[in-house]
Amino acid sequence: MSRLYEHRILIARRATQLSILGLFWFGANQHLGVLTGNLSASHLFRTIPLADPFAVLQILATGHLVAGTVLLGAAIVLACYFLAGGRSFCAWVCPVNPLGDLAAWLRRSFRISGQFNVSRHTRYGVLALALVVSAITGVAAFEWLSPIGMIHRELIFGPGLGLLVIAGLVLLDLYVLKHGWCGSLCPLGAFYALVGRRSPLRVGFDAGRCDHCGDCIVVCPEKQVIDFKAMAASASIDSGECTRCNRCLEVCPRDAYQLTLRFGRSAAKHPEEGEHHATQSAA
Amino acid sequence: MSRKMDISRRDFMAGAFRSRNAALAATGAFAWTHVVDSSRGAGDSLRPPGALPEPGFLASCIKCGQCVEACPFDTLKLATAEEQRATGVPYFEPRETPCYMCEDAPCIGACPTDALIEETPIEDARMGLAVLLDQESCLAFQGLRCEVCYRACPLMGKAIRLELRPQERTGKHAYFLPVVDSASCTGCGQCERTCIIEEAAIKVLPLEVAKGRLGEHYRFGWTEDARISRDFEAPRNAPDVPAWGEQGLRKLLDDMDDLSGIEEP
Repeated sequence: MSRLYEHRILIARRATQLSILGLFWFGANQHLGVLTGNLSASHLFRTIPLADPFAVLQILATGHLVAGTVLLGAAIVLACYFLAGGRSFCAWVCPVNPLGDLAAWLRRSFRISGQFNVSRHTRYGVLALALVVSAITGVAAFEWLSPIGMIHRELIFGPGLGLLVIAGLVLLDLYVLKHGWCGSLCPLGAFYALVGRRSPLRVGFDAGRCDHCGDCIVVCPEKQVIDFKAMAASASIDSGECTRCNRCLEVCPRDAYQLTLRFGRSAAKHPEEGEHHATQSAA
Repeated sequence: MSRKMDISRRDFMAGAFRSRNAALAATGAFAWTHVVDSSRGAGDSLRPPGALPEPGFLASCIKCGQCVEACPFDTLKLATAEEQRATGVPYFEPRETPCYMCEDAPCIGACPTDALIEETPIEDARMGLAVLLDQESCLAFQGLRCEVCYRACPLMGKAIRLELRPQERTGKHAYFLPVVDSASCTGCGQCERTCIIEEAAIKVLPLEVAKGRLGEHYRFGWTEDARISRDFEAPRNAPDVPAWGEQGLRKLLDDMDDLSGIEEP
């Protein structure tokens, strides 16, 4: 029971990921009209358009105008992820996330160290390249090759060799690049990191409770976002790269982390404002 | 704009312009472009009705599969990674399942990006062009009465006509040769689907593959006043069934449809 409780958010995340995939699957194969399409573009209840804003951005970069439907869909999704923390897409929706988590878990359990490390900033370079290459080739360059798209599509619309990408990504993370795909390369993660920079939904931090045991750092997929000094000042994790997976929250033995809503600017640069927020969230 | 952000942006810009990173980025762009260009497929994929011309279609299709979901005949498929086609983009194989040309074209209505755009009526769609590729295996060209493609064609008599020609071998019969008219053929592929021989003799090809193009400088003496367009539209009032005349052909085929007097076993 307590082990279940310790993993409650992880279980909720897996359930969310599976439900979204399932709703798409039933939409495509059983004509259940809750979600039809896939993560690139879809309709909710056959009426509300949804679209991947990064995919739409790449299409626009090719110089082609797209229909209003997909622009509206992209705007809706963009607004939702801005409010919900940007990379919450990564932690709660993306079908590749369990693979990255699996690789990280295997690496921790069997003490496997990756061969190479690349900067976590690489993804922003890949993001920029995706737009440049879209303009050069005239097709949405990341969507053209995206392992996320391949896995997701072939799970929904029928299997193909694209599913081998699943093994490829796990092996890449495990033996070649530590936190390779989700943590360093994925331009979609980079895109949502930028979207979530100013998001109101953050993991709040109570420095008074923290005893620096480091349990959160062990499980965090984006360890660079846990900066105790900055977090003590702002009372929250203020990085767009935080995926809002909330693993830190559930493993913390002293409940130093709480999910918080904070509107307005990051507190980090105005210490007095930060204190104000800290007292607010304590109240 | 926070001070923290300014610093990280400056750091980021400084990093990006370091020569090593610039070289990496250039290599990446080159390799990425090459991979994209070499995986566009063989250009032999048939697209759903209303699809933009291939370059525009590949640019604007977001690979969401909503056309696939909307198709009531399961005609459309998304290309998987191992196929020699642009991955994730919808196509159909008429020999398996052709397009049945729904009047309301739900696939077009489902497209969120306008990669598929309204073609009304659906007869105006141009998914490809049926071409009788192999006369040597087509039964009609052996002098046998087949005409299955002609009858399967949703635009029977327009998109596929029968051309009659004397049959020299017997000296008293006629060839009933299926002839496709590019001005009417939608490329739906119902002819290819129904062709009764092992491997279809008539196949739908993408327009870019099927069509030739006449140079604009050609002027034919006998059509002096007719403008030769790039699309080579057939001149109006062109005689089409020279020997028997359209009426004779119709009567013959109507007679064949008349099954009265034949008892079921």
